[in-house]
Amino acid sequence: MSRRTLRGLLALPALGVLGAILAWGASGLAPFGHFHGFYGQLLNAIALPQRHTTNTVTAIVFDYRGLDTMGEELILFAAVVGVVLLLREAGHPTQQDIARDRVHSEALRYFGVAGAALVVLVGVWLVAFGLVTPGGGFQGGVTIASGVVVLFLTAGYRSWRRLASEHALDPLEATGAAAYITLGLATLIAGAPFLHNFLGPGKTGTLFSGGSMSLLNWAVALEVAAANLVLYTEFLQQYVVSLVPDTGEE
Amino acid sequence: MIAVVLVLAALAATAVALCLDPLRQIVLSGMYGLLLVILFVVLQAPDVALSMLVVTTVAYPLIVLAAIRRTRR
Amino acid sequence: MHYLPYGVAAWIFCVGIYGAIVSRNLIHLAMCLAVTQSSTYILLLTIGYRKHGTAPVFKGFENRTRGVDPVVQALTLTDIVVSVTVIALILALALDAHRAAGTVDPDELVGLHG
Repeated sequence: MSRRTLRGLLALPALGVLGAILAWGASGLAPFGHFHGFYGQLLNAIALPQRHTTNTVTAIVFDYRGLDTMGEELILFAAVVGVVLLLREAGHPTQQDIARDRVHSEALRYFGVAGAALVVLVGVWLVAFGLVTPGGGFQGGVTIASGVVVLFLTAGYRSWRRLASEHALDPLEATGAAAYITLGLATLIAGAPFLHNFLGPGKTGTLFSGGSMSLLNWAVALEVAAANLVLYTEFLQQYVVSLVPDTGEE
Repeated sequence: MIAVVLVLAALAATAVALCLDPLRQIVLSGMYGLLLVILFVVLQAPDVALSMLVVTTVAYPLIVLAAIRRTRR
Repeated sequence: MHYLPYGVAAWIFCVGIYGAIVSRNLIHLAMCLAVTQSSTYILLLTIGYRKHGTAPVFKGFENRTRGVDPVVQALTLTDIVVSVTVIALILALALDAHRAAGTVDPDELVGLHG
């Protein structure tokens, strides 16, 4: 039998043992629905009076556990740097390749631009209202990036490249990452703890209810959107390079 | 309700992992992602559902389809 | 029902690893790793769930003591966004391997060639 089937047959008992260990571990947890963790209940009760944000999850991401968010953001940054380095040598599309990626339907192009604008607007709304209703920097950032990439899908590679060129995106991404760290360091230099909420809690239910959480929110949104767009740029370059001439196969 | 969605998610995950053709797998993974979004909404986690929705319908198919296209020539 | 979600998370974890072991294509392998990662999201969220709990967003609400755990949701949502870039890194490695060796089959990519 081939090596692959041998590997598969050897893996089954090993995975069975792993599954048994996981099941034994899970049996030590509280039954589903009876969570007794104290930290979460405490944060639910005090996040609104203390920070004046109605969305407790965003308050945790940007205030109570802001340090973890900085770590996650830097993982994002490092992974995108890795992708760019790996795919830089992999070939750039020529003018001929770019000319092949054309969308032939005018209606699709116009409705696509309108749709892209709508999705970007929804993304900006998600970021802005992240402290009040479900949303926040991460969700809004990926939505903005997906709205911009709709332009590629409906208007062709050339139009998309005009909007999402590398010269524009790289500084934006770096600005987002640096802004988060700078905001934290600024409070450290001023004598307060790192990433301290220096603007103080605002009025509940408004856009500025979190103080400096809003600034961190926008920094993360900028960084996540730009990082995702850089990622899409690299991969779509690979896609356009591999388009074959119009012999019927596309 | 939660039990039904959990079992469906387990079945969908099995289908995704055992499907050997990457092109079919990305379609199945889109459906698995949408099932996970429903699961997250039922588990009262709207923020998580929002990020999972965008990631699984736009980000993953885009990069995987570009990679499949490039490795097929 | 009391331990079903944890069992489902363990099942999805093992199925994802099995798919990665018998994979014939590096891109299929990357997607199986994504499936494995999603099982951890399910585990985290179901640990934090409270029966008859509401979402931890309290606009216009007075009673705040019956919400589900918000800390695990914070962990999960940042993780989902970051996992896209990590899977993209794995796919970039697969594209690099294809460029160097002409194949994305992990069984044919053995050995280091100068």
